[in-house]
This record gives sequence, structure tokens and C-alpha cells, in this order.
Amino acid sequence: MGTPLLELRGINKSFGPVQVLRDVAFTVQPGEVTALVGDNGAGKSTLVKCIGGIYPIDSGDYLIEGKQVSVHSPRDAAQLGVEIVYQDLALCDNLDIVQNMFLGRERRSGMILDEPTMEQLASETLASLSVRTVKSVRQQVSSLSGGQRQTVAIAKAVLWNSKLVILDEPTAALGVAQTAQVLELVRRLADNGLAVVLISHNMNDVFAVSDRIAALYLGRMAAQVKTTDVTHAQVVELITSGRSGALGLAEEGAAA
Amino acid sequence: MSAVTKEPATAVAPQAARDEGILGYLRGYGQKVRGGDMGALPAVLGLLVLCVVFGLARPVFLTAPNFANLLTQAGPVVVIAMGLVFVLLLGEIDLSAGYTSGVCAAVLAIMLTTHGYPWYVGVAAALATGLVIGLLLGFLVAKVGIPSFVVTLAAFLGFQGTVLWLLDEGTNISVRDSVIISLENEYLSPAVGWGLAAVTVLGFAAVQLIQQRNRRRRGLKADLWQVVAFRVIGLAVLVGFAVAILNQERSRNPLFSLKGVPIIVPVVGVLLLLWTFVLRRTAYGRHIYAVGGNKEAARRAGIAVDRIRISAFVICSSMAAVGGVLLASQARSVDPNTGGSNVLLYAVAAAVIGGTSLFGGKGRVLDAVLGGLVITMIINGMGLVGWSSAYKYIATGVVLLLAASVDAFSRRRAAASS
Repeated sequence: MGTPLLELRGINKSFGPVQVLRDVAFTVQPGEVTALVGDNGAGKSTLVKCIGGIYPIDSGDYLIEGKQVSVHSPRDAAQLGVEIVYQDLALCDNLDIVQNMFLGRERRSGMILDEPTMEQLASETLASLSVRTVKSVRQQVSSLSGGQRQTVAIAKAVLWNSKLVILDEPTAALGVAQTAQVLELVRRLADNGLAVVLISHNMNDVFAVSDRIAALYLGRMAAQVKTTDVTHAQVVELITSGRSGALGLAEEGAAA
Repeated sequence: MSAVTKEPATAVAPQAARDEGILGYLRGYGQKVRGGDMGALPAVLGLLVLCVVFGLARPVFLTAPNFANLLTQAGPVVVIAMGLVFVLLLGEIDLSAGYTSGVCAAVLAIMLTTHGYPWYVGVAAALATGLVIGLLLGFLVAKVGIPSFVVTLAAFLGFQGTVLWLLDEGTNISVRDSVIISLENEYLSPAVGWGLAAVTVLGFAAVQLIQQRNRRRRGLKADLWQVVAFRVIGLAVLVGFAVAILNQERSRNPLFSLKGVPIIVPVVGVLLLLWTFVLRRTAYGRHIYAVGGNKEAARRAGIAVDRIRISAFVICSSMAAVGGVLLASQARSVDPNTGGSNVLLYAVAAAVIGGTSLFGGKGRVLDAVLGGLVITMIINGMGLVGWSSAYKYIATGVVLLLAASVDAFSRRRAAASS
């Protein structure tokens, strides 16, 4: 296998006396969807925010394409090609699709916004993701459905020549048809060569699109396995008890 | 025939076909309005209704002298409302804008009359005062975190006292500087008026054509040429009509002539252009809308939210300073009531009637102009009809409430249609 796009080794992160991440290792391959699963409080969000530069890591190695990097802010992460699509989408309802996609990174010619260029790039990005559900890129986001919003948020992340896109529960609030649409889009991102991390509680989604599954248990990486090598039940066991047969964390009682 | 047109648009393909052509454009506009995005429609309808009602009640309402009066009367309210649009776009409010204009007018009068400085020094001092006030208000709202309602309510009282203090407990300072006085009391010569009208229309047409050509060249969907032509011709008719009326002789005294476009009109026009450009064509303007629409999204997009919020208060207070200069010009003097009583209420009402939302994220600078004209027509018309102050206050309050209900209603419509 080639160099992983993202490799984390021995990541520790504490908030005061509470250690949220312990010695976490995590790798993400380009062209693959890696599902990040774990129960509430397992540290998924913290891990993602460390990757995204929102929280600084206490110790550990952060490698992008095999090179050690240091990420101190979301801007650093963005420069390395890491984009996060948050659960609450972070779109402005009162702006249209183009305006949202370029928010904070507007194209300008001199002082003036370069609207035609932005509109063209937005359309091209949506077309490259085979998004056909939006009528016009000049539609206000407030008029879009949940699935369409998710699509726009994902397209926004892809627009920046990103290499790694992290999706935080993208289907949590969607209906059946829209979930299928978004999952299809997630798969397409990976097929286009991007590395994709999908955080999800929904095992059906995980098994539908992911190539690998990484399970966090109480701040530790219980296992990172190929999706084809495990069953539904095994993953659930990894999430709830940190181990499943030979897989997962060594039993603490046995070590002591 | 009617059966075909009434058929609901269920299939997708015919819907797409219907988006083409003039009818498609009109249908799209109708959908927008029904969806709660009414834009300038309520204000324009309001202007028409008021013209008819007051025109029937008092024919003098629709004469050239009263039209010129209306425009000069509207000046200060419109300018203060323009500044308020920026604060309202963020979902904040500035209740002190009226007395800010009073403080700045007092500074102007003291500089000009008491100290004898030239007009530009006085105006610079007034603007600087507005800027400092805006920085203070913005800092308290954005950095300290006090709700703008409370900050500016406190400032409302504080500035009322400041005006009294500046004017030595209530003296009246007259303003005699000819440049300042001319702002609200002089008129352009008819030829200059026509020239400005031509420049306005040609400039607008040029900008429209360049924009559409750029879009076509990139292969983007451009507006129909009929729609562009309608906009340009509409503006030309409107401007031409207004200038033709304003260039009529208004003086009843044959010894001296009174005609031409009030100087306040191009002043407001330049401010309208400037701020519309800032809001619509610059990244800064885009960020104002973003912060007003979703502060968290703006922050995550790397926008310096606090700086945007402070800057909006600075713009608002600086425009209030300009409004103060106009108030001083209008009254030819400054007294403790300048910028007081209902100036602020009128300005807020103007912005809201024009279509700027009190909930943030929606509004244009043009709203201030349209809404300001509506408010001024109501005040002016009720004065001509001879209503007492009691009724004027009540009627203005009702109109503000009506405008706010339209705002709340269209917001609910927009939420329901998504």
C-alpha cells in the first residue's frame, strides 16, 4: 500500500485533568472512505477537531503524505488540504450557493468581487460531483432541502483542492432518499481520489460506503480494520466494549 | 386554455421550460414574492397609495413645490437610515443614531459658529465624532458583549445629555456657513440637473451592459435583454420625470426664481452608490451579510466577526454624523432637540419599510431611500391634511408596526417555503 494521506501516531489530548485522547493512531488512505465510529464521548469530535486544527494536540505525530506537519489553526489545516464539513453545516441561509461556497475566500479582481469566476467554479465543482439536484447555483441556501444543503457543504469543502474531507455525521438529519444521495456523493469523492473520513452512528451507512472502519473506545483507537473483514456485530462490539474476539484493545484485566 | 395555465407545476421538465422567456422571468418573480422575498414591493406600493390618498385629499400634495419639499425633508432621515441598514443587517440595533446625529451637529455648529472654522473642518470634526462614537458602541457590543439594544439605549440617554452639555444647557447655535446651508436649501441649475440625470442613466446602462456581457462571455446565464432594457428605460423614465418636474418654476414671486433639483438629491445619490457598491461588490459587504445570516458559519469561514460588527457600528454612527450635518443645514441652526424626538424612529421605520429585516441578514441601502420617502410622505401629507401631532405620532407608529409585521410575515413565509 502507498503512503497514507493522513497518519496520526500516539496522539494525546487532555482538557484539564480529563484525558480525551490516549495514544491514538489513525491512518487515512487516498481514494478510500474511512469510517470513524465510536460511542458518544469516545473522542470522535475531539479527534476531528485536532485534525482540523481547532484544538492543538498535546503530543503525537501528525503526518500528511508522509511528512511531519504542525497544525495550529483551521487555516493551517486548510492549507494542507484538510477540510471539515461539520454536522451543523455552517452555511448562511441568506446567501446563495456560490456565495456560501466562497465565503471567507472570495475571488476578487482588484477590490471588486469576481462573481462570474466564482459562479463558474462553483458550477464546475458541482458538475464534477455529478450534482444535478440544484436548479441554479444562484439559489438562496434557505430554499434548499436538507440533502441539498449537505451537498453544498460538501462541495464547498471540495472546492479548495482539498485532499482530505472529513464529514461529521452528514446523514444524521436526512430522509432515506436524501441519505442515499449524500452517501453516493461521499463514495464519488473517494472515487475521485480524495481521502474521506466519515463519522457516523449509522452502521448501514458505514457498511454501505466505507473501505475501512476505525473504532474509538473511551479515547483509544480500538481497531482500524478493512470493512470487508468484519461483520456488523463485530463493529458494534468494538464500539461498545473496545474489543471483539482477537480484534481490539487487550483486555485490561489480563494485562494486570 | 385556462385549464392548461392553471395546471399545477408538478412535472419537472415543463417547469424548466417555463423558466425561459419573459413570462418565465415574471413567474420567477411571482414565486419569489410568494416565497416571502418581497424586496422593494411594499415600499413602492406604499408610495403609490400615499400619492393617491394624499393627492385626492390635498391636491397641493402632488405639486412641484411640495415634491421638492419632500426630497429635502427626507434627506436626513434617509441618510441616517442608510447607516442603520448596516447595523440591522447584523441583526443589531442602534437606538442612539438620532442623538448621535445631534451630537455631531452640535460639534459642527460649535466649530463653525463659535470657533469660525471653515465648513470642511466642521464636517471633518462631525464625522470624526461619529466615527469615535461608532467605535465605542461597536467595542461595547462586540468585545464586551453587551446586547446592542442596551448599549445604544444607554447611549441614547447619554448623548441626549451630551448635546445639552455641548450647547450650554440649551442655547441655540445658528449655522450660517453657505456651503452647509446649501445642502438642504439650494438647488442645481436646470441644465446641471439634466446633465446629472443623463450621467446617472448612461452610467447605469453601461454597468448593466458590461455585467451582462461578462456573464455571456463566460457562458453563464445572463438576464434577458428585455429585462435589462426594462430596468434601464424604467430608470430613465423615473429620473427624467423627476428632473422635469423639479426644473419647473416653483416661485410664486416673479422677482426671484426657484427651480432645479435640490442639492440633497445628488448627495444622497452618491452615498447610495457608495454603500451599495460596498455591500454588493466587495468582500467586506459579503461578510456583513454572512455575519448577519449565520455568525458561527462566518467565524468558521475565517471572517473576523468582531471586526465586522464594530465596523458596522462605525458606519452607522458616521452616517448619523452626515445626517446631523443635514439636520443642521435644514434648520439653519442646532438646538438640544436636533436629532431628538422621532428622528431615530423615522430612520428605523424607513429602513424596515424599505424591506430591511429586523432579524438581520436581509436588506439593501436602497431600502433606506424608498422607506425614507414613504415615511416623509406620511409626515408631509398628514401635515398638509392638517392632522394634529397626536394623530401624526399614532399614524407613524402604526406604519412602523405594519412594516415590522410585513418583515416578520415574509420571514415566516421564507421559512415555510424551504
